[in-house]
Amino acid sequence: MTLLEVKNLRVEFPTRRGTLLAIDDVSFSIEPGEVLGVVGESGAGKSLTGTSIIGLLEPPGRIAAGEIWLEGERIDDIPYDEMRRIRGKKIGAIFQDPLTSLNPLYTVGKQLTETIMVHSDMTQTDASARAIELLSEVGIPAAKERIGSYPHEFSGGMRQRVVIALALCANPKLVIADEPTTALDVSIQAQIIALLKRLCHDHKTAVMLITHDMGVIAETADRVAVMYAGRIAEIGQVRDVIKHAKHPYTEGLMGSIPVPGHDVEQLQQIAGSMPRLTEIPEGCAFNPRCPHVRDKCFEVRPELMPTDGASMAACWIYEPEVARV
Amino acid sequence: MSDRPDPSATAPALLQVRDLAKHFDVSKGWLTRILENQPRQHLKAVDGLSFDIEKGETFSLVGESGCGKSTVAKLIVGLHTPSRGSIIFDGANIADATSHNEVATLRRRWQMIFQDPYASLNPRWRVRDIVAEPIRQFKLVNSAREIDERVGELLVQVGLSPADSAKFPHEFSGGQRQRISIARALSSEPEFLVCDEPTSALDVSVQAQILNLMKDLQRNLGLTYLFISHNLAVVYHVSNKIGVMYLGRLCEIATAKTLFRTPLHPYTRLLLDTIPDMDMTCRERTPVSGEVPNPIDPPSGCAFHPRCPLANERCRNETPKLRSEAESVVACHAVEENRHS
Amino acid sequence: MAENPLGETSRHDLLYRVFDSDLFYSFRKSPIAVISAITTLVFFLAAGLAPWLAPHNPFDPASLDLMDGFSPPVWEADGVSKFLLGTDDQGRDILSTIMYGSRVSLIVGFSAVIFSVVLGVGVGLLAGYLGGWMETVVMRLADVQLAIPAILVALMIDGIARILVPVHMRDVMAIYVLILAIGISDWPRYARVARGSALVERSKEYVSAARVIGLHPILIMLRHVLPNVLGPILVMATIGLALAVITEATLSFLGVGVPPTTPSLGTLIRIGNNFLFSGEWWITLFPAVALVVLVLAVNLLGDWLRDALNPKLR
Repeated sequence: MTLLEVKNLRVEFPTRRGTLLAIDDVSFSIEPGEVLGVVGESGAGKSLTGTSIIGLLEPPGRIAAGEIWLEGERIDDIPYDEMRRIRGKKIGAIFQDPLTSLNPLYTVGKQLTETIMVHSDMTQTDASARAIELLSEVGIPAAKERIGSYPHEFSGGMRQRVVIALALCANPKLVIADEPTTALDVSIQAQIIALLKRLCHDHKTAVMLITHDMGVIAETADRVAVMYAGRIAEIGQVRDVIKHAKHPYTEGLMGSIPVPGHDVEQLQQIAGSMPRLTEIPEGCAFNPRCPHVRDKCFEVRPELMPTDGASMAACWIYEPEVARV
Repeated sequence: MSDRPDPSATAPALLQVRDLAKHFDVSKGWLTRILENQPRQHLKAVDGLSFDIEKGETFSLVGESGCGKSTVAKLIVGLHTPSRGSIIFDGANIADATSHNEVATLRRRWQMIFQDPYASLNPRWRVRDIVAEPIRQFKLVNSAREIDERVGELLVQVGLSPADSAKFPHEFSGGQRQRISIARALSSEPEFLVCDEPTSALDVSVQAQILNLMKDLQRNLGLTYLFISHNLAVVYHVSNKIGVMYLGRLCEIATAKTLFRTPLHPYTRLLLDTIPDMDMTCRERTPVSGEVPNPIDPPSGCAFHPRCPLANERCRNETPKLRSEAESVVACHAVEENRHS
Repeated sequence: MAENPLGETSRHDLLYRVFDSDLFYSFRKSPIAVISAITTLVFFLAAGLAPWLAPHNPFDPASLDLMDGFSPPVWEADGVSKFLLGTDDQGRDILSTIMYGSRVSLIVGFSAVIFSVVLGVGVGLLAGYLGGWMETVVMRLADVQLAIPAILVALMIDGIARILVPVHMRDVMAIYVLILAIGISDWPRYARVARGSALVERSKEYVSAARVIGLHPILIMLRHVLPNVLGPILVMATIGLALAVITEATLSFLGVGVPPTTPSLGTLIRIGNNFLFSGEWWITLFPAVALVVLVLAVNLLGDWLRDALNPKLR
């Protein structure tokens, strides 16, 4: 059974200047144990997708339409208390800034044992033992001694490991990781990514990895969804999307990433910038910047459709009726 | 681009840095020290850096947090005073310039671009005033109309429009603000630009635009760049020469191609290994260990020895010096003793 | 929309921007803000234009008639329409004395706030931007002064000034001394906020950019840091006005404020107090109500402004 199913999600922000549509008809699914990368630039709506799923959307933002199903049960319209029980137990979360993800006033051990006890029937002693186990598993040396340390006594990379331990301590089926490595040094990033991959593989946990860093996706994800202006532009296996990008935006994105060994004088540039939420064009949101734009792109918004490759893209180039030239 | 012939092989380098060091006193307050019986604490942010930058080239300093690369940038433009060492710009030691005029003349020749597009422009000033500030400060042009014209020219040069000069920074996106920063930097007609992580806060496609712009400007205006970054892929793309820093010291200096083809220092190799595998070759990765140590209390000898697979007794006790090795300059005992491979 | 080649927007476009701005939107959506603003405006106008608007000039001895004294408000049995709110013992019209009194209160209040702000922000900026011993000395001075109630500080300065000023100059100088006293009593609050803001702004990169081109530190403070510090200061100054008016009223009530020739609302309350128990309640009540309404309106306006300017609450 599909672990997570998002159908036609629509997230709005009512403001005095009208309603802003931050996520516009987004659908995707995550199978148990798979890593889905959600990649996009700032303002594309990827973080919002994560917060909507986990039920932490800040008012006045609200889910205006669509359904979110977790393990066959709907979770977008349930009351707060029910969602609270699901959070942590079935869905874990890892956010960007390890410093603010942990409560500075409580020891790491207390935060872990508290979370474990809330979501299981363990006693304090058992939960404590499990916490030490978890800390070792995430690679914190001398876990038994460090269980009594406060968050500020750890370095950035160590703190993020603790956050990962916290996210996994109740054995959730799905972990939503929002930019988990952006605030870390590159050498630590590589360590954390490797850790996340290994743990999720060992615990059979699925991951929704939200990031702007294509490199992280290339290393970690099985499938990837590329978001643009609140919509999914392309979705498919990581290898396909990265090496054989089908949507012009993805193509442009991949071309703008410098790669050592690929010597170019100028990086590929996508003219203009992502439209603001108040200025999303009619039809395909990418039409002002697209090198392959045609008339239909200005009128009708494309849905995700099969392409001549393995991934799906929301682009009229792959319109079935149009004859291939 | 990385192997372009040196345009000024005979002329002295535009910038020469010799044994540059900056120590910060991070001791606790006097009373606290007395009561807790603690000694003074010093942070050696930069500890003896030497390198040259030739006219017209792009030299990059790359490293992780705490390595001191931003401090180097600030030392060169005069935001910090060096604790030791000398900075020689176009043959003249900048510490020798004492009179107000001398200092002003020197200051005109370089400029700086900063990392955070949201903090590098005064939110209460209009773009026109922001870009014109260096022009006014150095009295390059006199009438208000001429200043406006020049500002318009500069904005066009960086890909914006003259009409943008009446707006405020918050009306622009991150990439556009960075363009405004570049316009401001160019307004005093400098020869040398210090760029402190100019694209780190930008999205990847915007980064490509800004990097392309910077390359164009370099070609059209004959600029020399000191480029600071933690992103090796970006650094490969823009640089002629690259210096790798770790905890305030240089590990290796080489041309971009040489550094990536034959990295010698173990830390360089570690860094290169962290570059994502965009070609999806699923290459083997050597597992990385440890974290960057606290710069206030650095390891003895070679600062990298706790994390280095090739560390021996000498590495623990003796700080390695930069030495020429093949086409690079490396500070590593293992390289010197030929233990690397 | 008129535009010159550089795309400058014309004046009426600026007006449009003000009225369309988020700040104005939050203003017209808040009934309290609108009412407070109108009330404050009415007071300012009444006080500012008192010589032209007031029905009588209560401080012109020639126009006074003792026979008019102790006349109650117009809605009472013996009230006359000539004196809407009644008269005091000397025959002065209460409404007019309130208008003239507000004038004095507001002049002293405004001047004191301007003095506090200039002193506090100036010193706070220097302390925050330059740091070092200057910062330590100034902030400890502020700390010490904040430990002493403002009224006492004002009293102290007033007392010292009285000793220093020769007797025949006392009445003339009294207002200036009072402004000085109230001004000095409130500078630490502004200094603290200005210093905090200066600390935050000086580490921002636009300040570094100004330093790179060699701009003098004082110019950097004035041109770059000061405009960014003024936001919270404005809010404090609005509430500071209310505070200054109350302080002045207290001092005048105690008899050490403005001289009796130019009474403020506080003086009026004091004078009226003498007659409270003999039944002429209106002489003290109306000036007191006026004071309360003025201070309340200004306070509420300041509260709204603080919430409206707080980016986190928007």
